[in-house]
Amino acid sequence: MTDPLTPAPKKNPLVRTPSPTQPPALRSRAALGLTAAAATGRFALQTCAECGAVQYPPRDACSQCLGPDLPWQDISPTGTLLAETTVRTSVNPYFRERMPWRVGSVQLDAGPVVICHVHGDVATRSRVLLKLMLDRAGQGVILALPPERTAHMADDPELRAMSSDPHLRRILLTDSRHPFAPDIAQALLQAGAAAVFAGEPEGWLPNPNRDALGALGVDIMPLDVTDTRSVQSLAGELGGKTDILVNTARHLRPGGALARGGTGVARDEMDVNYLGLMRLAQAFGPAMCSRTADGTNSAVAWVNLLPVHALMNSADFGSYNASQAAALALSQSLRAEFATSGLRVMNLFSGPLEEDWYQPLPPPKVTGKALARAIVSGLQGGLEDVFCGDVAQDLAERLRQNPKVAELELRQEGNA
Amino acid sequence: MSNSLTQLASEIATGAVRVVDLTHTLDPDFPVIILPPEFGQCARFRMEEISAYDHRGPGWKWHNLSLSEHTGTHFDAPSHWISGRDVPKGDVDEIDVETFVGPVVVIDCAQGAAENDDFELTPAIITEWESRHGQIPPDTWVLMRTDWSKRSGAAYLNMREDGPHSPGPTPEAMRFLIDERNIRGFGTETVGTDAGQGAHYMPPYPAHYYLHGAGRFGLQCLRGLDALPPTGAVLLAAPLKIKGGTGSPLRVLALIPGEET
Amino acid sequence: MTRRASYDGVVLAAPTTIPYRRYSTETAHWWIAQALRGALKTANLKPAKLDGLSVASFTLFPDTPVGLTQHLGLSPRWLDSIPMGGASGVVALRKAARAIQAGDADIIACVAGDTNHIDSFRKLLGSFSRFAMDAGYPYGFGGPNANFALLTDRYMHEYGATRADFGRISVAQRDNALKNPNALMKKPLTLQQYLDARPIADPIALFDCVMPCAGSEAFLVMREEEALKRNLPFARINGTIERHNAHIEDPIQLRGGWTRDIDQLWDMADCSPDDVDLLQTYDDYPVISVMQIEDLGFCAKGAAADFLRDKDMTITGDFPHNTSGGQLSAGQAGAAGGFIGLVEAIRQVTGTAGPTQVPKARRAAVSGFGMINYDRGLCTAAAIITGEGP
Repeated sequence: MTDPLTPAPKKNPLVRTPSPTQPPALRSRAALGLTAAAATGRFALQTCAECGAVQYPPRDACSQCLGPDLPWQDISPTGTLLAETTVRTSVNPYFRERMPWRVGSVQLDAGPVVICHVHGDVATRSRVLLKLMLDRAGQGVILALPPERTAHMADDPELRAMSSDPHLRRILLTDSRHPFAPDIAQALLQAGAAAVFAGEPEGWLPNPNRDALGALGVDIMPLDVTDTRSVQSLAGELGGKTDILVNTARHLRPGGALARGGTGVARDEMDVNYLGLMRLAQAFGPAMCSRTADGTNSAVAWVNLLPVHALMNSADFGSYNASQAAALALSQSLRAEFATSGLRVMNLFSGPLEEDWYQPLPPPKVTGKALARAIVSGLQGGLEDVFCGDVAQDLAERLRQNPKVAELELRQEGNA
Repeated sequence: MSNSLTQLASEIATGAVRVVDLTHTLDPDFPVIILPPEFGQCARFRMEEISAYDHRGPGWKWHNLSLSEHTGTHFDAPSHWISGRDVPKGDVDEIDVETFVGPVVVIDCAQGAAENDDFELTPAIITEWESRHGQIPPDTWVLMRTDWSKRSGAAYLNMREDGPHSPGPTPEAMRFLIDERNIRGFGTETVGTDAGQGAHYMPPYPAHYYLHGAGRFGLQCLRGLDALPPTGAVLLAAPLKIKGGTGSPLRVLALIPGEET
Repeated sequence: MTRRASYDGVVLAAPTTIPYRRYSTETAHWWIAQALRGALKTANLKPAKLDGLSVASFTLFPDTPVGLTQHLGLSPRWLDSIPMGGASGVVALRKAARAIQAGDADIIACVAGDTNHIDSFRKLLGSFSRFAMDAGYPYGFGGPNANFALLTDRYMHEYGATRADFGRISVAQRDNALKNPNALMKKPLTLQQYLDARPIADPIALFDCVMPCAGSEAFLVMREEEALKRNLPFARINGTIERHNAHIEDPIQLRGGWTRDIDQLWDMADCSPDDVDLLQTYDDYPVISVMQIEDLGFCAKGAAADFLRDKDMTITGDFPHNTSGGQLSAGQAGAAGGFIGLVEAIRQVTGTAGPTQVPKARRAAVSGFGMINYDRGLCTAAAIITGEGP
């Protein structure tokens, strides 16, 4: 059984914080398909379009028929542990400081044999459930889990090394005024967060969430993402204690370019949604990146809440979505900039939310509870991209099928 | 002429004439007027470093600023309001510069404002003031002292579910000052020349409506009015020369008699 | 299948080993050059006269054997590069022998060598193969230790072998190594020490693992009359086999490609395992030696533990095995690890092994195993050679 994690003791100020190290990060182009699947929590392997043979390791031609077309398909993640070892020495610094490390050879029911990480609760030569997860190099790796949930399962050192689990971590919500901030804080605390802080811009304006957050024990701190000094001063205070940052700050108004007239609102949107993210990244990023190897409550993830239409715009919130598309593009840059530290950037895409600004839109809409659940499960799964709710999942699927058709459909829906 | 200016300069130097700063510091946290969220909003004051003796510019430090014409202690030109849109010389860059220097009187409403957040300046209060200090001369700045500038944060804007609550003039008071006293302009310590609940007057926002419709000027977010005598001071309030500008942040100064020696 | 032509008329000579070093500041070029120099000196041959060259090395980068010809001032008319790690010795022999038979070259030097700088092992592992990069090293970066730990775990489970069964191999080889002045390991090893050793990747412990080092090995291939002319002791080639990526269907490697070709090997050599005076297996881990002993037909599959329990694997024993101490005790010098057994076997059957000489060694079986591309070794090869003995 997994030993439950205990809260990190207070930091010894005389002890050096360990520098982040990384598992091997280099992959072939084909193997990046594993990472792409892991980023969204799928278990997919290449499958020959001609003969159906499932392939592993990823390759460029079918090992049965030499067929050239090997699309990634969801595969049953079940298998049997054939052999295992506990690695106790490695020349790689990342694994070296995390020894011992359990590794095994698993025969998938779908055919191939995979060498994989093995959860501590997996019994010798037993059935396993495989999960594709991102490791701290940001690459997709396979982890064998016991087929049934076990006590304190998430605290297993190998699983914890790959997840962004909020359990025992300190979390900053950048804007307490987000309509779902109380739901998000509550879900994170229920998932075992050690502390939740929430930023508050313009303390001279009422904050409708103040009481609800206060009741949850959330500390409200001044933070205005449009004000560089404000971001810097909170980072000075909390940067070294922020293990997960959830960027709830946003400026949201309906309308595309013509409905707006002028660029004033668009400027505000860019200032909060794009530049706000940049200010947060500049102020909090370096401190978080330096603490990704800092024990139980190491810095682990950066969460952006984005409208799914940042991926493909529609005119009803055209200007807002455009600013969030800029934020999305910046988040991709941040992923590369954070990469060597292992700090994960999780983008959570959602359709319209059940709140004032989307009031005229028809359902389905994402409730605060659903969004909060998706954040928590995304962090627990160590995901990089989460599609929350029917609208987001639908658009993601349509984009997979044909991005241009998806654009045309959105245009048609907007004019209907 | 040159004698009186020389004398003024020397009196400022000796302290016989004092210079008082009526301006708030431009600060990102200083409140601005809030409109319903579907309307365009007044930009807050923001300052970004261009460089600070570093790799972005090794030997110098400087900033880019962004703010609204109506952020912080600021000037309202006639073109700010729909009633003043056709007023000749209605933009800040067109206003005669003589306008920016002139006599000022201060009506002390501090006690009333302390007792009532929605305190109203009425014609009766004005005439009562005149009974003590004499009639307001034409082409004079009139400032409404409320000591509101001593508030900060949430208490300054004083926002409640039905909107902000802060003192201001009634429509009748504004008509009286403009029609009967022909004032140059009107200034307040609050975030606008109108009361927090000014939208509920008829016309809404009467200070803006009447002042600018008559080609007069507004000053808001003033501070330190308690340092000014009721009469006898000179106000210096020169907006930036912004082409087509409807207002401007500015540094407002007053010249007041020094302490008797 | 067409009956394969014999290797009649082709011989192996001038076995050369440059003493290994744990770490070396020299390059692979230097090590290869020294082995080549040693072999050519033995044969009294000037470098310019050498018309065939076969090279195996992992650390020549950015050079290839082509660049090496210019570097070393050679002008061969036949050039080969053998990227087969632990199988490179036998494979180099096979190709060179056919080239000599065909007259494509008169004398071919087969040489393998690698250097070992501080940290070069880690760098080599990181870029070893695409599958290893994609699907091996991200999992604990245990390197080959982890791979062979998995095989050993499965083998023990499947056939009931114990760690002591593997330990006997390591202990016997250490015994042999103590007679080899060039072996890196100089201290005796007991079975208890083997069992108590620091675990590396369970069930693999310290004395299951080779020590990476720098070193080089070489031998010459030529026609028999050339060897006689030069007064060189020589070995004949009786049979060889080679196979890659065999038994794809096995979920985990418990047997190698030898099993597919073993009949042909003994048939071609016209003898049986009983006729062999000594065996040189590729011993990166004892489990692999065990697999070869079974797959080459010395005993049945899964029976090696029992088979070896009654055998003495030392130089003077009834089953001389890895007589120089093998990689486990002499060191693993990169691709030279694919040559160590063959070069030692040539010495043995030509009676030139000196302190490690097996009495009456006339026929040797040599086997190679190489390239853990992902979860298993892909290259297998074996050869039977004979000589006049001591």
